Amino acid sequence: MKQIELILGHIGRNTLQFFVQISRFASLSKKTSYWLFVAPFRGKGLRWQSTIDQMVLMGVNSIPIVAIICFFVGLILAMQAAYQLERFGAAIYVADLVGVSMTREMGPLITAIIIAGRSGSAIAAEIGTMKVYEEIDALQTMGFNPIKFLVVPRFLALLIMLPCLTLIADTVGIGGGFFLAMFNLKISFIRYFNETIEALVMKDLITGLIKTFFFAAIIAIVGSYQGFSVNGGAEGVGKATTNSVVASIFLIIIADLLCTMFFYSTL
Amino acid sequence: MNSIMIEIKDLVTYYGTRKILDGINLTVNRGETLIILGRSGCGKSTLLRHIIGLSKPSEGHILIKGHDITRMDEDERLPIVKKIGMLFQSGALFNSMTVGENVALPLREHTQLEQSTIGIMTRMKLDQVGLAGFENFMPAQLSGGMKKRAALARAIAMDPDILFCDEPSAGLDPIVAVGIDHLILKLKKAFKMTIVIVTHEMASVFMIADRVALLDKGRILALGTVQELQAMDNPKIQQFFNREPDPEEVDRNEYLSSLVGG
Repeated sequence: MKQIELILGHIGRNTLQFFVQISRFASLSKKTSYWLFVAPFRGKGLRWQSTIDQMVLMGVNSIPIVAIICFFVGLILAMQAAYQLERFGAAIYVADLVGVSMTREMGPLITAIIIAGRSGSAIAAEIGTMKVYEEIDALQTMGFNPIKFLVVPRFLALLIMLPCLTLIADTVGIGGGFFLAMFNLKISFIRYFNETIEALVMKDLITGLIKTFFFAAIIAIVGSYQGFSVNGGAEGVGKATTNSVVASIFLIIIADLLCTMFFYSTL
Repeated sequence: MNSIMIEIKDLVTYYGTRKILDGINLTVNRGETLIILGRSGCGKSTLLRHIIGLSKPSEGHILIKGHDITRMDEDERLPIVKKIGMLFQSGALFNSMTVGENVALPLREHTQLEQSTIGIMTRMKLDQVGLAGFENFMPAQLSGGMKKRAALARAIAMDPDILFCDEPSAGLDPIVAVGIDHLILKLKKAFKMTIVIVTHEMASVFMIADRVALLDKGRILALGTVQELQAMDNPKIQQFFNREPDPEEVDRNEYLSSLVGG
């Protein structure tokens, strides 16, 4: 009897906890939207300087790692494709495959995952540490809204920088495919270039970029949410950082699935 | 002018299902220094968090200069909040900014002053707390006592009417701690601020308190001047003033049964 009580209690508490978390997450999203889309038009301003700082930290400084990883992803895609296509004498279609899969899927997704690991975790760690050292309380007692001060600049910076990084990723990834084609498959630059242009349609690029706005929002909100929910000291910050990466990657994949269903599903 | 700065009426608050504050009634007069004294876990920090508006009470009202802050939203509270300074236990300086930027932040955000004026005011405030010339240091480069001083400079940046301090001498050696107490006294004289301090440091109580509120288990056990409290013969009050430990009476049977988990 006691056993059953314990199990039911456990289930009840966890369910309740889950819904509490959902409602807090929703409340943070709502407040962030208010401070980003409504408050500036009511004369409450945006913190541009802080946004630009974050754009440099999270965007510009991520260019090398995003570029290197996406170059290799393009290279890998090309190798896998060439292995199959060469048997049919259709090596030139490597260009199509790399071009389309980079712009539609791999570019946005890989970039988002890198940024979730690099910047999402940084957001969680930074806000979490500020919470531990009472800095968030200090902001509030000085009459500053922590969401306007901390979340909105990071959110906006990601919203602007993630599409830019994705464009870089797409280009470099296609470059990776070209690298293989040129040195291994002996396809000339012009042929590869023309084939890629031929294969790509605007829709590929645009659907890829639209997704990144959702990914950016997920990374910023999940990171901030985890940061604000830190309790306890350094251990809490560590946990929040890990959780932010795991949760944002999970949500990014879900968002990607939904976007793909919306844009391409024939069902 | 109204002489009551802060009025707390029937404040009740819970942490989960545990009652932390149980019907607090307290007034703080203009220009006085009130020390909220109590043991760890008696709810004194919670009380402070409510007064400065960081937590919302379950029941009761908190009036600052006649305005009920428990019934206000963020925008309505802003003019009141601007005139309140708060010194946190850890200092709570923004670690990503220099000391000077920390002090300048409220001025930059809340006033329309010229950058050069803000620079001068920042240096003045740092000078008042004995940190002249430290504006370009990062908080991490300062010692514990200096951090507290810098945090105090930030708390008084907007020339507040009310200054709150959460355990100003926690974690400091006695000499630095008494230095902070002196500084608070000096600032009080210079700016005629109303000061509310939460502490369990008896040395500070004797030195700076006009009145003391002794908090115990979420209630105010005693309120009065230091002399008045010393004259009361409530054992809990005397325990505080005489620095006596809790009596070590343990019921053997109870202890045994608590060990075996019964």
